Amino acid sequence: MVTTILFAPLVGAIIAGFGWRTIGEKGAQYLTTGLLFLACLLSWITFLGLGSETQHIHVLDFIQSGTLETSWGIRLDRLTAIMLIVVTTVSALVHLYSLGYMAHDDNWGEGEHYKARFFAYLSFFTFAMLMLVTSDNLVQMFFGWEGVGVASYLLIGFYYKKPSANAAAIKAFVVNRVGDFGFALGIFGLFFLTDSIKFDDIFAAGPALAETTLRFLWTDWNAANLLAFLLFIGAMGKSAQLFLHTWLPDAMEGPTPVSALIHAATMVTAGVFLVCRMSPLMEYAPETMAFVTFLGASTAFVAATIGLVQNDIKRVIAYSTMSQLGYMFVAAGVGVYSVAMFHLLTHAFFKAMLFLGAGSVIHAMHHEQDMRNYGNLRKKIPYTFWAMMIGTLAITGVGIPLTTIGFAGFLSKDAIIESAYAGTNGGYAFWMLVVAALFTSFYSWRLMFLTFYGKARGDKHTHEHAHESPMVMLVPLGVLALGAIFSGMVFYGSFFGDHDKMNRFFGMPAHHAADAGHGATDTHGAAATDTHAEVDTHAEAADHGAADDHAAPATDHANDPHAAVIAHGTAPQGAIYMSPDSTVIDDAHHAPKWVKVSPFVAMILGFLTAYWFYIVNPAMPKKFADAQRPLYLFLLNKWYFDEIYDAIFVKPAMALGRFLWKRGDEKVIDGTLNGVALGIVPFFTRLAGRAQTGYIFTYAFAMVIGIVVLITWMSLTGGAE
Amino acid sequence: MIQADLNTIAPEIILSIYAMVALVGAVYTGKDKIAGPLVWLTAGLFVLLAAWIGLGSGGTHDAFGGMFKDDAFARFAKVTILVSGAAVLVMGQDYMSRRNLLRFEYPVLVSLSVVGMMMMVSAGDLMALYMGLELQSLALYVVASLRRDSVRSTEAGMKYFVLGALSSGLLLYGASLTYGYAGTTLFSGIIDAASGNAPLGLLFGLVFVTAGLAFKVSAVPFHMWTPDVYEGAPTPITAFFATAPKMAAMALLARVLHDAFGGVVGDWQQIIALMAVLSMFLGAVAAIGQTNIKRLMAYSSIAHMGFALMGLAAGTAFGVQALLIYMVIYVTMNVGTFAFILTMERDGEPVTDIASLNLFARAHPGRAMAVLFLMFSLAGVPPFLGFFGKFYVLRAAYDAGLGWLAVAGVIASVIGAFYYLRIVYYMYFGEEGAHLDTNKSPILWGFLVATAAVMLIGSAWMFGVEGAAEAAAATLVN
Amino acid sequence: MTVAALAFYLFAICAVLGGLFTVISRNPVHSVLWLILTFLSAAGLFVLMGAEFVAMLLIIVYVGAVAVLFLFVVMMLDVDFAELRAGMSQYMPLALLIGVVILMQFGMAFGVWESAEGAQAARGAVAPTDVENTAALGALLYDKYFLLFQLSGLILLVAMIGAIVLTLRHRKDVKRQNVLEQMWRDPAEAMELKNVKPGQGL
Repeated sequence: MVTTILFAPLVGAIIAGFGWRTIGEKGAQYLTTGLLFLACLLSWITFLGLGSETQHIHVLDFIQSGTLETSWGIRLDRLTAIMLIVVTTVSALVHLYSLGYMAHDDNWGEGEHYKARFFAYLSFFTFAMLMLVTSDNLVQMFFGWEGVGVASYLLIGFYYKKPSANAAAIKAFVVNRVGDFGFALGIFGLFFLTDSIKFDDIFAAGPALAETTLRFLWTDWNAANLLAFLLFIGAMGKSAQLFLHTWLPDAMEGPTPVSALIHAATMVTAGVFLVCRMSPLMEYAPETMAFVTFLGASTAFVAATIGLVQNDIKRVIAYSTMSQLGYMFVAAGVGVYSVAMFHLLTHAFFKAMLFLGAGSVIHAMHHEQDMRNYGNLRKKIPYTFWAMMIGTLAITGVGIPLTTIGFAGFLSKDAIIESAYAGTNGGYAFWMLVVAALFTSFYSWRLMFLTFYGKARGDKHTHEHAHESPMVMLVPLGVLALGAIFSGMVFYGSFFGDHDKMNRFFGMPAHHAADAGHGATDTHGAAATDTHAEVDTHAEAADHGAADDHAAPATDHANDPHAAVIAHGTAPQGAIYMSPDSTVIDDAHHAPKWVKVSPFVAMILGFLTAYWFYIVNPAMPKKFADAQRPLYLFLLNKWYFDEIYDAIFVKPAMALGRFLWKRGDEKVIDGTLNGVALGIVPFFTRLAGRAQTGYIFTYAFAMVIGIVVLITWMSLTGGAE
Repeated sequence: MIQADLNTIAPEIILSIYAMVALVGAVYTGKDKIAGPLVWLTAGLFVLLAAWIGLGSGGTHDAFGGMFKDDAFARFAKVTILVSGAAVLVMGQDYMSRRNLLRFEYPVLVSLSVVGMMMMVSAGDLMALYMGLELQSLALYVVASLRRDSVRSTEAGMKYFVLGALSSGLLLYGASLTYGYAGTTLFSGIIDAASGNAPLGLLFGLVFVTAGLAFKVSAVPFHMWTPDVYEGAPTPITAFFATAPKMAAMALLARVLHDAFGGVVGDWQQIIALMAVLSMFLGAVAAIGQTNIKRLMAYSSIAHMGFALMGLAAGTAFGVQALLIYMVIYVTMNVGTFAFILTMERDGEPVTDIASLNLFARAHPGRAMAVLFLMFSLAGVPPFLGFFGKFYVLRAAYDAGLGWLAVAGVIASVIGAFYYLRIVYYMYFGEEGAHLDTNKSPILWGFLVATAAVMLIGSAWMFGVEGAAEAAAATLVN
Repeated sequence: MTVAALAFYLFAICAVLGGLFTVISRNPVHSVLWLILTFLSAAGLFVLMGAEFVAMLLIIVYVGAVAVLFLFVVMMLDVDFAELRAGMSQYMPLALLIGVVILMQFGMAFGVWESAEGAQAARGAVAPTDVENTAALGALLYDKYFLLFQLSGLILLVAMIGAIVLTLRHRKDVKRQNVLEQMWRDPAEAMELKNVKPGQGL
């Protein structure tokens, strides 16, 4: 079944890409979409029926060379299953949405066929992404990793007639190469040290790696830290974390469904997935984890600040995506991988929906993307408005504080913020995230107010012709809206709220017990229990009764035997691995009330500010921007990252490239080759031609000379001498 | 004893008797009129004998007190010789009959020459070696000048004869030095006597024997006859020169060096390596200036012999295996290329100017594609079989510690690629010029396409040649 | 010095001198005559070794047939050897240099000449001493060296075919005598009687 899920998109991509002339553009579109829905259905079946055992499905042998054994296999566990539903669901909906969105595209003239190509790319991307998430070893994962990179390149540059699209595509590709370099080095290092690239072998070697030192760049490093860090560099590139993030906003040059699928819901989360997948290694790399936390928090903050002032609707959402990815990394960094995955899941729903909603707006406004030219669209496109509203409520985290009732983002983001508080003892990451939550709320509402409220601005003609999108575009919005509302509440217990469920969900042994502090904070426990019970009514498996019972029997399990097993070289059970000593989740559950309320307060503050700025007093932003001009420009120019990179890397690289091209390649290499090819070789050719006189005596003479040379050589070097 | 000996050389006996019967029969019947059927009959007999030798019993048999050896190595070479000989005979039949060259002596001489080659590859004695060599060469001298009314053809035959006589002299001188040292002409006796620190006299003998044989494989500096003879001889005979005798001489060289001089590998390794380098470079460099495709093929074959010698220079069983594989691939490529050259004509006259190929692909896309395959393969471009031949010999040389030789080989093959690709360039992107008719002969067309297909398919699966060559090499080097 | 030794040195010196003058004499006819002297000396050496059959063969075949043939060819062809040698002086220095190098090399090689241990024994008399050497030679040729003997036969066959192929020429433009046709000529076909009336002409 999983094999079917995996290959359905590939089949679709191949048929649509190469055979659309036979089956027609319509046929190609319907075929790929249909196959994706099939994959989506099977994914949900797989997800719901998944046992706790990790399954390995062998597909075919890939590379076998020496001790390197790479088979093409599927590793099916909870982590894979989550990614499967995320990828196939969003992808299927995006396919459906694209049927409407791509129906008429001004970038293409009459008679130019682009739809089949677009759908083939989409399906190919989906295949590569599935390849990535189902992989059973690092090489296959790298294959998928590069596959999504290629698909992303093709789709960002889909409007290849636009120079800006091409530039953006190249930028995305090149920046990702930097990350991939780290990733590849990490793989090499792991293979070097463990002699295997299979996940099971690597996971089993985690403890051993933590005690190994590795010489790299003239310095001795702790192997686990170094390798985890290298892998994380790969994740940084793919997930647009700080310093390697500059490609993501530019990637918005691609068609909006692409932004929704690749640059919001799936590909950019691959980095988070990688960190979670490698959790058995990450757990032994505390310094790297601290760095992950720090970088994630910084990214969340920086991206949110930039998002405050952007005017392009898609760019606002892009920075929002980057910011949310930062959240996920913070969760992973403090060791609560389940929470990272939780936010990944919910974020996929509401962010895809925001993008698709934005797409719908853009579609309605004839491909106008500047929010300053919107306004008062809520009557014109009511369905889109409501969808966007739900999305905004979800991303800003609206819910009832201290309960588990709320939109998806409320539950997952709050879980991250609580974990960050617990994991860093209320340090840098926590405060960054809270501030980022405030900003998130502000720019999300700013987007809503600018787009749907106020007065209609910009081109009158466009506004008059604004129209609601067709049904194929609205249905995906509706489905995603359901996800944005309920996914948080349904899965809260399994991902964060409840230990037993979580362990069962991820197939982890129930070693992880609450420490003594658990009993002391009964009130929290009780509060949590109540909410769990409610959550469970939403969940399918409602067999959970008294949540706090688990603490007592589990306490004894939190001991060394399990750790000893790891040391003996068995891969830890379960889809993710959390160190038995880690208490972050419990600490998060028992965080002070003010911590739990803080994101909600931030959200309210953000909303009120936005309301004041854009509804009550629309002149305010302008005044404010003028008053704080340097700050405004700093943010508007995205902290000048692009400019700095341009000065530090791009310009010198171009100069170096030009030097090597003109001097190195043309003068030295071409010059040498031309000299040899046009000078020396013809000289010898003429010489050989002249030697071939046609006279027998010349030929005989040559033979005699040959003999003389040979016997002279012989008497100088040979035998007895 | 004599009965068993005769059984061992039965294929050679049959072929000789056939040649004599055919000669007498043709004289008393239709003479040149039956030459056409005779060619077909001869080719058929070659193929039958090849099948017999190839599919017959394995094992190693010595005959005539060790003068004649029937082992896997000899059988491998014989099958190659017979099959390529048959192919070339069949290919050239039409060409020769249309130009009044097809005389009944032609198949008879070719048969006797093939007998000589079979004796060569089976030789176990310096005298048997010399007899086989002379039988082969003498027949070739005659067929080279078969076109009596052409000055070039007679000149070619003359040059070939005089220089061949010189090389035979060198060979005999070397043989007598060797005999003087070892006291026997049997290879098995020589290898017993010559091992370890050989005296200079024996080494000189080795050099002279090698030089005599190097003439036959046209290795530099004993190559000078090749371009003139290739150009002067009628094209089907050139095709024959380029295939079977090369295989025979190369196999003979390998046999002498390993069977007789296997104890002094270190000494001959240097000579062979030196000749290999010189051949590769001269073949590559000199061919660039050629405009006649037959001369070009002559230099091409010099260069290819250089590569084959590289395998031999390794001095290992793998080297011999590489040599055999290389030779088989080389022979196949040459059969295909000459099948094409035989089709090149304008107004019924043969054309050998490379420039006449201009824009050939426009008129005959299928043939141009087949030629492209062959040229790429000759140049050693990866997906094609020619690359794997080169790869084998390079690996053999590298494994034997002759890294510099392998590097030189790669450089030479890059230079050599130029003129093969130039042919392709002319065919596809050349200038407008006088058009080229091509012979519509289905036989030539079939050979061209078949060899081109082999170049592509063979790279996936070498038709079992790899294994056979390995077995053959194992019987020679142990 | 015995008579045998004296004869040996006489024949040997004659053979070497004959060879030398064959090469250097300017008149080709003289060359052939010198060659005949060499053959004769070699035959004498064979006799000294007791191989009288080979000696006689040498005289009959080489002196009697081959050398005489050479003589005819040389006289008939009228080759201007002086012309052929014209370019020689140009290459003489280089050729001399190479000759000197070769000689030095061989001087080295023969100076330290040694044979393998069993070589002398292996090289010993090939023919048994108790039979006359014609018989011994025959036994060797048809038994031990049967293969080589037959191969030589094939080589000669090829040479013969080659000589015919390259020289025999059926010229179409000359009238040939057809003996059979002449013999079977029928007067009835060949002749026609005409009754010519006198005074009228034909």
